[in-house]
Amino acid sequence: MTHYVPRPGALPVNMQLTEEGRLKHFLTVEGLSAQTLIEILDAAESFTSISGQSVKKVPLLRGKTIFNLFFEPSTRTLTTFELAARRLSADVMNMNINTSATAKGESLLDTLRNLEAMYSDMFIVRHGNSGAAQFIARHVAPHISVINAGDGNHAHPTQAMLDMFTIRRHKTDFSALRVAIVGDILHSRVARSQIHALNILNTGEVRVIAPKTLLPAEVEQLGVRVYHDLQQGLKDVDVIIMLRLQKERMSGALLPSENEYYRLYGLDSERLKLAKPDAIVMHPGPANRGVEISSEVADGKQSVILQQVGYGLAVRMAAMTICLGSHSGDQA
Amino acid sequence: MKIEILNGHLVDPANKIDQTTNLFIADGKVAAVGHRPPGFKAKKTIDASNHLVIPGIVDIGMRLGEPGIDHTEQINCESKAAVSAGITTLCCFPDTGPIIDTPAEIDSIQRHQRQAGQAHIHVIAALTKELAGTELSEMASLKAAGCLGVSNTWQPLDSSRVARRALEYAASHDLTVYIHPEDHGLLDNGCAHEGAVATRLGLPGIPEAAETAAIGFYLPLIEATGARVHFCRLSTRQGIKMIRRARHDGLPITADVNAHQLFLTEMDLADFNPLFHTRPPLRTMRDRDGLREALSNGSLQAICSDHLPLSPDAKLAPFPATLPGISALETLLALTLRLVEEKVIELTDAIRLLTAGPAEILDIKAGQLGTDDRADISIIDPEASWECDPYQFQSEGKNSPFGGWHFKGRVTKTLVAGKTVFVRR
Repeated sequence: MTHYVPRPGALPVNMQLTEEGRLKHFLTVEGLSAQTLIEILDAAESFTSISGQSVKKVPLLRGKTIFNLFFEPSTRTLTTFELAARRLSADVMNMNINTSATAKGESLLDTLRNLEAMYSDMFIVRHGNSGAAQFIARHVAPHISVINAGDGNHAHPTQAMLDMFTIRRHKTDFSALRVAIVGDILHSRVARSQIHALNILNTGEVRVIAPKTLLPAEVEQLGVRVYHDLQQGLKDVDVIIMLRLQKERMSGALLPSENEYYRLYGLDSERLKLAKPDAIVMHPGPANRGVEISSEVADGKQSVILQQVGYGLAVRMAAMTICLGSHSGDQA
Repeated sequence: MKIEILNGHLVDPANKIDQTTNLFIADGKVAAVGHRPPGFKAKKTIDASNHLVIPGIVDIGMRLGEPGIDHTEQINCESKAAVSAGITTLCCFPDTGPIIDTPAEIDSIQRHQRQAGQAHIHVIAALTKELAGTELSEMASLKAAGCLGVSNTWQPLDSSRVARRALEYAASHDLTVYIHPEDHGLLDNGCAHEGAVATRLGLPGIPEAAETAAIGFYLPLIEATGARVHFCRLSTRQGIKMIRRARHDGLPITADVNAHQLFLTEMDLADFNPLFHTRPPLRTMRDRDGLREALSNGSLQAICSDHLPLSPDAKLAPFPATLPGISALETLLALTLRLVEEKVIELTDAIRLLTAGPAEILDIKAGQLGTDDRADISIIDPEASWECDPYQFQSEGKNSPFGGWHFKGRVTKTLVAGKTVFVRR
């Protein structure tokens, strides 16, 4: 008889990779190698110059069909994915799918089957349930790649990669960096993916700063140091990542008020001084000014928030071409 | 019909028997154990050499079908599944469709059970009308119709006032209240144990305190009302500790665990496999070990299946959108025998937890094979190796996470009231 052996906690990384170890689906950063992440960053680097050219298109994905399947409303992420696909000359279709119509799993699969029949090559999926991208990747036809554009509180790998790209543009060596992530870690798929990416890239120290109500259980097991006090947590950091605070957190008894939150965890120029003088300030956007960040800091010279948006395009182009096996390594 | 079962290894914990012996059956009852009674002429002889002979299993916790779907047609099927796995008495909880909150529902189940002619099916009826948690069900009428106890299952009660009144009223009618300890506020739409795994997967968590806070809420009410309470489906080490202490203090409480909680942990969720979506959620390794310890130190009195047969659709969605539950009748005995193999408990304790233990909680005459007891018997080949394939289950539900597991020990024959209802070919 086979004895029961508890399976290891990590996700089956193989699911994202082909037998040769190439990235086929991009569902989560967790479990990927530093080499794979660097490959994505390097590919993105080669696309950043394209965005600056007057001819903004490359023919890498000509003839490919990409579906944006958004089961959760989004404009910004959807737009960058669409734009990325168009710049790669792919045919792209946006599907905003009413989740109530697909409340039953069967109809979610029906939706997929119908789209598969339209010769699609890639699904870019956003869904309110954690694990939705894995579910779809598991059930799609084998020739289709899936990119996770955010599933529940689980993962948002392309957002994390554009953040890594931004950091790499400004700082040289990840191992020498202190990075602080501030705010609602509990509900943030972005934070989870950032933490994995930072640790895979061997970041010196990753901190999370939030009250206990906004931290998931045993968060330190993700490889972070926990701070409840913003002032202490910001001390000598090189990178500050502010997270967006959803208004509904007040009604869920997680926080008393926006005022108190801003007073304790809002980033203003005084507090920014606690970090290293050359620290950069990031935010996945859209920022709630006066709730988690002051306008002065958001628009200040240490803020790289607008650059992040621009890099998002290059990183998504990189992820798409790598997953579809169309990236040769030098596109510029 | 007179039957003799010869040379089997009889394990009957209630009667302190654990030896190779013979069983003689007449008129659906045990006529004698050991020596053939004078003048006993068997019409049928079963050679049970090298086999275990045990009282038919009493499953104290199962559901006949998915909530919201009429399950009565499923009784035959689930009952067949039960006897194929050595279970001869089932105890069905009210949170199926239709909800069992009227004598008519109980009648309907009993009628279908008689037609099926397989396992005995007992009913735990609803504690509140429609399980809505606001008005008491007609407990006395439900008891007269044959229910063995009342429960609000996983549905919350409206207030502590309702909880108190419900316990008082049940106690007045000498009905055991079956409580699924879960604080609804702390549940908070969670779908996985709140801990490192749920944190990594971004799954909404159910803290340990959802169970312990509920137990802590009920203990003083039990003391104040004198109600007899059975705590269902314990999942945490801490919860068990509280139960143990309260029992030590003399509170009239008992508790059970489902078999899968003794093997699976939160780690099994790591690839979002919805087959591991259960309620209560799979907890930590430490909790699992705590539950295992509680089996041998007497804090738990029964192991149940917690069976819930679901349609494939119920599990075909992203993890949080799937229904929790496992089709578990057909792995209950196998998992329990594995505890013996893994030296967690002795064989007699294992059989007690499946037979006399739950029968005592339910206060029914079952789970033992003394003279004149009903001849509900399972015969098991303890050396039979088999691989679990849920698609071969008799149950309508194929939703088992144990597919591919190798088990040792399998039922070869099941008798209900002296009638052979299952033979493995």
